[in-house]
Amino acid sequence: MPKKVSEIDEGFVMKAPKSSMATKTGTWRAFKAVIDYNKCISCGICWGYCPEPAIYVKDNKYIVDYDYCKGCGLCAQECPVKAITMARESD
Amino acid sequence: MKRLLLSGNTAVSYAVKQLDVDVVSAYPITPQTTMVEKISEYVANGELNAEFVPVESEHSALTVALTASASGARVFTSTSSQGLLLMHEIMFITSTLRLPVVMGIADRAVSAPINIWNDHSDIMAQRDTGWISIFAESAQESYDRTIQAYRIAEDDRVHLPVNLNFDGFILTHTYEPVVTVDDEDVSKYAPRKTRSLLLDPRTPLTMGGLGSPEYYFEAKYQSIKALEESFPTIVDADREFERISGRKYGIFNSYMTEGADTILLSMGSIGGSIREIARRMRGEGSKVGSLSLKLFRPFPARQVADLLSQAESVVVLDKATSPGAIGGPLFLEIQSCLKSFDVQVPAMNIVAGLGGRDIGPDDIRSMFERGLKIAHTKRVDKIQDYVGVCQ
Repeated sequence: MPKKVSEIDEGFVMKAPKSSMATKTGTWRAFKAVIDYNKCISCGICWGYCPEPAIYVKDNKYIVDYDYCKGCGLCAQECPVKAITMARESD
Repeated sequence: MKRLLLSGNTAVSYAVKQLDVDVVSAYPITPQTTMVEKISEYVANGELNAEFVPVESEHSALTVALTASASGARVFTSTSSQGLLLMHEIMFITSTLRLPVVMGIADRAVSAPINIWNDHSDIMAQRDTGWISIFAESAQESYDRTIQAYRIAEDDRVHLPVNLNFDGFILTHTYEPVVTVDDEDVSKYAPRKTRSLLLDPRTPLTMGGLGSPEYYFEAKYQSIKALEESFPTIVDADREFERISGRKYGIFNSYMTEGADTILLSMGSIGGSIREIARRMRGEGSKVGSLSLKLFRPFPARQVADLLSQAESVVVLDKATSPGAIGGPLFLEIQSCLKSFDVQVPAMNIVAGLGGRDIGPDDIRSMFERGLKIAHTKRVDKIQDYVGVCQ
């Protein structure tokens, strides 16, 4: 949600600057990566290609972290079994 | 109070010394050079306790001024022509970061061909950078406006950069008696003010950070609003200045505009010549008047429209062009201001004085005659014309 003009410090000074770990960047995307686990073979290629990196592994399962996925689509392009689709964010 | 023989440039240097500026960063360029040269002398001989940073380009000159200002220092920089163009991108940053940088500009033509003489092409190319922009008409006004600029820029309601325009050579290098204000009065009038958000290693903060689409618009809007709302502070600074100096300039100088058939509107040093010709022509029975605009940004649209509404026609003199447009930058401003306030006065544009081409008495007379013709015929035959170019 945008802040109001009055809520922004003069000159857009950031009094408590944070890294992208704290501020999250997922709102930038127009498409999001969605993994179909019926097709996923847990090869880890998406994890390797994700530039963010916004894909993590838990119990041998690859999961998209939507706080950071910026919707670039590299994972969907590289997935060898076409298990990842790019879904429009507003849909 | 002293009466000194100063050029426009050295009058500004003298004011900068009295204002006890902390950091001066500049790169020499004709006709600005003597302005900072004199300041460097003040620093070298101990008359001004400041850091003088001789940078390698104007881009760095303004960057140093900006960052020093961000840390709370009172700063000054100055430039001209190509140097001002090189500062262009930093000018936007200075205003949106809300830093009270004061810059003197020795207005000069822009290459090509290379030309060191006066026109307004350099500053008009900076029109939309979000700075307060003021034009002086004399060395005295150059001195006075420099003192006013710090009071305006550093005011809590403003916090914006100010550029002061002095016509290259015509003002910057012409010596005239300048009456100064006493040091104590200067420091009382424009006291050093501290801002709360400053660069300081003890309390880290970010300036100039990323403003993604969720934030940029509001940040930009904030600085636009600040410029729009700076108007009363500028007027107030001029009025208060009168109390210590006895001199007041206003947002424009209007001369013989009452009952005028035509008004010739200009900016900068040419105003004096125009008034003289207006005086002579009035003596001959022609009802002509002069309006010399001092404040270009924020543009005093309502006041200009009100004043021009008395006339039967308006001639706008531009010392710059906007090639391909229907008129020069000042003309476009005036036309849209007349139209927006529903003032039905026909206007035409004269471009003159480019690259230091002299604007003589006969040229000014011909501009007034064009205006009188429009006033009598109620018709503008040519929206824009050029005076002084050999066609």
